[in-house]
Amino acid sequence: MSVVAPISSRRRAVLPLLRRLGRDRRAAVSIAVLLIIIGASLLAPWIAPYSPTAQDINNMLSAPSEAHWLGTDDLGRDTLTRLIYGASASLYAAFLAVAVAGALGVPVGMFAGYAGGWIDDVISRVIDTMLSFPAIVLAIGVTGALGIGLTNAMIAVGIVFAPQLARLVRARTLVVRQELYVDAARCFGAPTAHILRRHVLPNAIQPVIVQVALLLAVSLLAEASLSFLGLGIQPPSPSWGAMLARAYLNMELAPEQVYPPGLAILITALAFNTLGESMRTMLDPTIKRP
Amino acid sequence: MLTPASRALIGRRLLQVVPVVVLATFVVFGLIKLLPGDVAVTLAGENATEQRIAEIRHLYGLDRSFLVQYAGWVWNALHGDLSRSLLSGEPVADAIIRCFPTTLLIVALALLLSLAAGIPLGMAAATKPGTWLDSLIMGFASLGVAVPNFWLAMILVATFALAYTIFPATGSVPFSVNPVDAIRHATLPAAALAAGGVAEVARQLRSSLVEVLSSQHVRTLHAKGLAPGSILWKHGLRNVSVNLLTVAGLLANRLLAATVVVEAVFAIPGMGNLIVRAAIHRDFPVVQGVVFAMVVVVIATNLLVDLLASLLDPRIGHR
Repeated sequence: MSVVAPISSRRRAVLPLLRRLGRDRRAAVSIAVLLIIIGASLLAPWIAPYSPTAQDINNMLSAPSEAHWLGTDDLGRDTLTRLIYGASASLYAAFLAVAVAGALGVPVGMFAGYAGGWIDDVISRVIDTMLSFPAIVLAIGVTGALGIGLTNAMIAVGIVFAPQLARLVRARTLVVRQELYVDAARCFGAPTAHILRRHVLPNAIQPVIVQVALLLAVSLLAEASLSFLGLGIQPPSPSWGAMLARAYLNMELAPEQVYPPGLAILITALAFNTLGESMRTMLDPTIKRP
Repeated sequence: MLTPASRALIGRRLLQVVPVVVLATFVVFGLIKLLPGDVAVTLAGENATEQRIAEIRHLYGLDRSFLVQYAGWVWNALHGDLSRSLLSGEPVADAIIRCFPTTLLIVALALLLSLAAGIPLGMAAATKPGTWLDSLIMGFASLGVAVPNFWLAMILVATFALAYTIFPATGSVPFSVNPVDAIRHATLPAAALAAGGVAEVARQLRSSLVEVLSSQHVRTLHAKGLAPGSILWKHGLRNVSVNLLTVAGLLANRLLAATVVVEAVFAIPGMGNLIVRAAIHRDFPVVQGVVFAMVVVVIATNLLVDLLASLLDPRIGHR
């Protein structure tokens, strides 16, 4: 783990990282790909050629054509349109899960690491136990309890991933806690909440940013899995996972319909992963670039 | 074969497992607390009569305090009773015992494929770092990590089951009935799962092997004229063997979870099928039972990996 110089504001921890990422070719490509996908999902109503629920009954399961660039699904809905609209559902799902994981994991990890002693012992033991649950299986169980639906499913995924972030933040907090500037703040009588927010968090956050990028990829795959299993998004709303489920049902008639949503998931997950790996390499000088 | 030190280590590790299992039962049982509203009404399903709701409330002890309910559940679980399915009335433990071997076969096969392909690829990349071969292997590894394995499963079905009928597209055969057929049914699901596994093994092995091969003692071995081949096999692999074991353990756990989704593609009646159907129909005893069974398997795998690691590297027990 690298030693990070003391930084007193969150912005200063993030901005230089972004600037350095711009100079890394792989990271720059990943960011560009992600911006295009996010842009397309936000502009869906204006750039999508059709409505996501409009049916063309004369063209069901059609092959790619001039009217339907990526063909149509079993209800005659335009695949390209649903792919663009599905991007917003899939990205919303991934960001929601990671936001839930961060909101739960970061404070708990920071608290455990800063408090130390038996509090740390108890929380760490709980974190270790949570980490031994197979993630997607627990997410299925939690979704079953909360009720089926995209938001519930991704809250479940977020709860399941929270311990990963908690463990990471705890480990960093243990290091940062020993730093001179934290001692100094404590000597000046700064309240614990202030020390945590202004001194510990900004210095413990960098590995979290890396993990967030990697978790976004995993969450995207989790959304696809849960929606494919029928636990996530409900019809007629499109998401990439739900599109795969429909395409699979009709695979003997129109096998090519399986490719667009699958490739979309693959490319997006690859971009998040590459971005995360680039940031990790940048933050940790001991890693050698492959 | 076991020294007193490693016997003490085994004892210590077994003791450490106890609180983890206890906490895990607490989490599994606590799942039921996430159900909104009156649990008995939810469990009874739609259009349930008052009598049925009261019956369920009594059956699951919902009229008693949480801790009493929890203690009752743990007591029954210790006796192999994980309650009954709300849908079929079948004892949950029986359903798990029926479904687990199918899932286990797929996981075992996937793990085998991952190691068989991942280790040579990782070694090839590590011995020639920075070359086109390294970049190619690591590029494929990045793809393998990012590919949704159930999508890969669909493509495998389209290719090897529908276009060329080499492997069956759906279902499973118990290993005890016909081992050859059982493996044929498990091959495509295992191959779909193994894509991520191969990538993971290759990446991890490459990074730890590169570190060992660039260390001081390996440089000394080169200097004294040892052939690169025997450096790699005798010194390189031996030094990363514990790492590799850890990776294999983590991978086994991840494959166990990932099978749940891939099973759905092949309509395989394994653990995944069991829990997904239960979650959709809010068959809560089954959901709890499957989650609990999987956690127990994961904890047991971790324990086994730790013990094997201490046998491989005697230093571990003495730190």
